[in-house]
Amino acid sequence: MTTALKEWPLWEIFVRSKQGLEHKHCGSLHAADAAQALEMARDVYTRRQEGVSIWVVESKAITASNPDDKGPLFDPAADKIYRHPTFYEIPEEVGHM
Amino acid sequence: MKPATDYLLHLADNALVLGQRNAEWCGHGPILEEDIALSNVSLDLIGQARLLYQLVASLKGGNCTEDRLAYFRETHEFRNYTLLELPHHGPLSGYAQSSMDYATTIVRNFLYSALMALLWEALEKSANADLAAIAAKSLKEVRYHLRHSRDWLVRLGDGTAESHARTQAALDHLFPYTQEFWAQSPAEAAAISAGIGVDVTTLKADWNAIVDAALGEATLVRPEVGGYVTEGKKGIHSEHLGFLLAEMQSLARAHPNAQW
Repeated sequence: MTTALKEWPLWEIFVRSKQGLEHKHCGSLHAADAAQALEMARDVYTRRQEGVSIWVVESKAITASNPDDKGPLFDPAADKIYRHPTFYEIPEEVGHM
Repeated sequence: MKPATDYLLHLADNALVLGQRNAEWCGHGPILEEDIALSNVSLDLIGQARLLYQLVASLKGGNCTEDRLAYFRETHEFRNYTLLELPHHGPLSGYAQSSMDYATTIVRNFLYSALMALLWEALEKSANADLAAIAAKSLKEVRYHLRHSRDWLVRLGDGTAESHARTQAALDHLFPYTQEFWAQSPAEAAAISAGIGVDVTTLKADWNAIVDAALGEATLVRPEVGGYVTEGKKGIHSEHLGFLLAEMQSLARAHPNAQW
């Protein structure tokens, strides 16, 4: 016997589509444990043949960046366009990259 | 042809009636995720029923259609197990207010899915190639239904004191109806000798193994059964099927030949 949970934990669902190579975040749901979260993800997020593989991660296991830190974290990259590999001459022989 | 159509109607009516029952949870599920899961189960079952009715209609010929079979037959013409037409709660006195009980839903889906996981597998070898193809498609679906209902059976049985008590009560209520599985009807006997159907009694030992293993994990006690054996598959139904059909058939009967 266990005691009933008043609230089920939240899980983040990642689905790999037939075409895609990597699992993509597609939403979240409530479930009592990981096994149940997988079953529910199957019913909630793959009903229209969206996927061939599912990952579930308990939401609290994810550490997220703070939206307020957006400036210091991401803005300094804005003026460093040389980090994009667009300034190289690619020799003809290399062909399509 | 008749052995085939009678037997196919039994399989089809099982799927349609349970599909309709489970659909009663649509919009009323205990949580959103479970509401969707059960609607998916319903749609699988109604899909199975459609394929089987289409096959019956093609065998019967004339003006027979899947809609005619689903919406324009009377209660006594339905050939489903009585278990599948019961409401989502235990026995009540006539004037008692009823509310749907999820344990009843889960126990019924488990008992039926455990049988169908075995029966569809055996029917893959049916002499009727169309039925064998439907069996192959349905087998994948029912294996998921069994997984879903078994998972909940264990969670509820081995859960809180209240969930355990309600699940045991549902099991005590529904288990006697499974006796009907093993009592061969004339339609089943005819289909077996024609090579179309499967003798369900040959699946009983495997069904017992599936059920006993799950009940053990769920800390539930398998009820002793005996007494009256229901005969829904011979067209002798409980008082509940008429109400279920009335709700399901009323729209099609109000607008016959309507195009959806």
